[in-house]
Amino acid sequence: MESKNHYDTIVIGGGPAGLTAGIYLSRARVRTLILSEGTVGGQMVLTHEIANYPGVESINGYMLGNIMKKQAQKFGCDIKSNIGIDDLQLSEELKRVTLSNGTTYTADAIILTPGGRSRTLGVTGESAYKGKGISYCATCDGDFFTDKEIVVVGGGNSALEEAVSLTKYASKVTIVHQFDHFQAFEHAIEEAKAHPKIQFRMTSKVSAFYGGENLEAVDITNVNTNETERFKTDGVFIFIGYVPNTEFLKGKLDLNQRGEMVVNAEMETPIPGVYGAGDAIAKRYRQVTTAVGDATVAALAASDYIHKLKSKKKSLLVN
Amino acid sequence: MLYTNLNHIETADQHATIINENENVMVCCGRMGPMCIPVYGIMEELEEEYGHVKFFDMEFDNPEAHVIRNLPEVRGFMGIPFTIYYKNGKVVKATSSIQSRDQVTSILNEQFGVPVKA
Repeated sequence: MESKNHYDTIVIGGGPAGLTAGIYLSRARVRTLILSEGTVGGQMVLTHEIANYPGVESINGYMLGNIMKKQAQKFGCDIKSNIGIDDLQLSEELKRVTLSNGTTYTADAIILTPGGRSRTLGVTGESAYKGKGISYCATCDGDFFTDKEIVVVGGGNSALEEAVSLTKYASKVTIVHQFDHFQAFEHAIEEAKAHPKIQFRMTSKVSAFYGGENLEAVDITNVNTNETERFKTDGVFIFIGYVPNTEFLKGKLDLNQRGEMVVNAEMETPIPGVYGAGDAIAKRYRQVTTAVGDATVAALAASDYIHKLKSKKKSLLVN
Repeated sequence: MLYTNLNHIETADQHATIINENENVMVCCGRMGPMCIPVYGIMEELEEEYGHVKFFDMEFDNPEAHVIRNLPEVRGFMGIPFTIYYKNGKVVKATSSIQSRDQVTSILNEQFGVPVKA
């Protein structure tokens, strides 16, 4: 198919994995479109300093994302960001992606790099008090809570480390965690436990948010007894991990229990011509470098797939 | 310093001139952090589409940003960025913390009108 809306490959996701795939494919003269539901650069742009990206001593994540974007565009890659995807057809040889504005694109191969996002609690009042007492970023909003009493939700490294850092501002920090033990590294647990401003509410969860113009209280529910207590607080910081952005793939592609894509060493999914890379695949370590590595493999494999597909179509035409 | 592709407001005087000389203005006042960067990105995307709106950012920690930090409309805000929408120099809407593209366009359409497509 030769149409301006047909690409050899469509990459869904514009983080480091998606941009790397765009760079490799476009440089190999594979006509490529990157579709990004958010800002190009993904989670990487949210990192103040990246100091472990080989060959670059230190760089702001936003700038590294911008460089990757320009690099992909220089090789001819088309990029559309902040778009919505309404429909996706992966199982046929010709793949289709329909955007929320009604535009449909087709491709011979798809590389899925949708990444992940911070998990939210999803309880009553959470969206109403976002920015008015509820925050997901201690570095951004910590200073608004100077001399105030706050709650930190979570039990991993981020929760405990950010709880300690928030003691620079807050007069008291209460950590609420749903289990009777923490998932964080031992040094982070020890530091939090030793801090005089930090208290703990274990086997408990925040079940609702209340207030007027600003947040004033939360409900804390004990997960064992189901007893709920109204707890006065000036602010809540939520650090309960990441979720893969794979909701749009449900029913289109098999996902594991955590909603992650399962791929083989060539980054192939079970559907021919469909590849996965980056933070949304099932793997242990999630770094910019691992996303870049995954996507390199996916792009090379997709390039090979397209070459074989075109050769097959050509030979069918000749015969 | 904000490493964005938006036009920056550096001083209170510049801020006053911009909001008084332009009918529709959106200013995102934040830092280079995870709640702010997505909003800058959305604004960069919308600049071309919303030709009747002027888009700017301003560094939250710039002392001159008092013109935004002290607005009555942001009283009670406890999350950056503070995003302010001005019409003829007056604040018509202000939001706190991260916003989605749909949330931003909904405000722009309501306050400044839907962009006319060529």
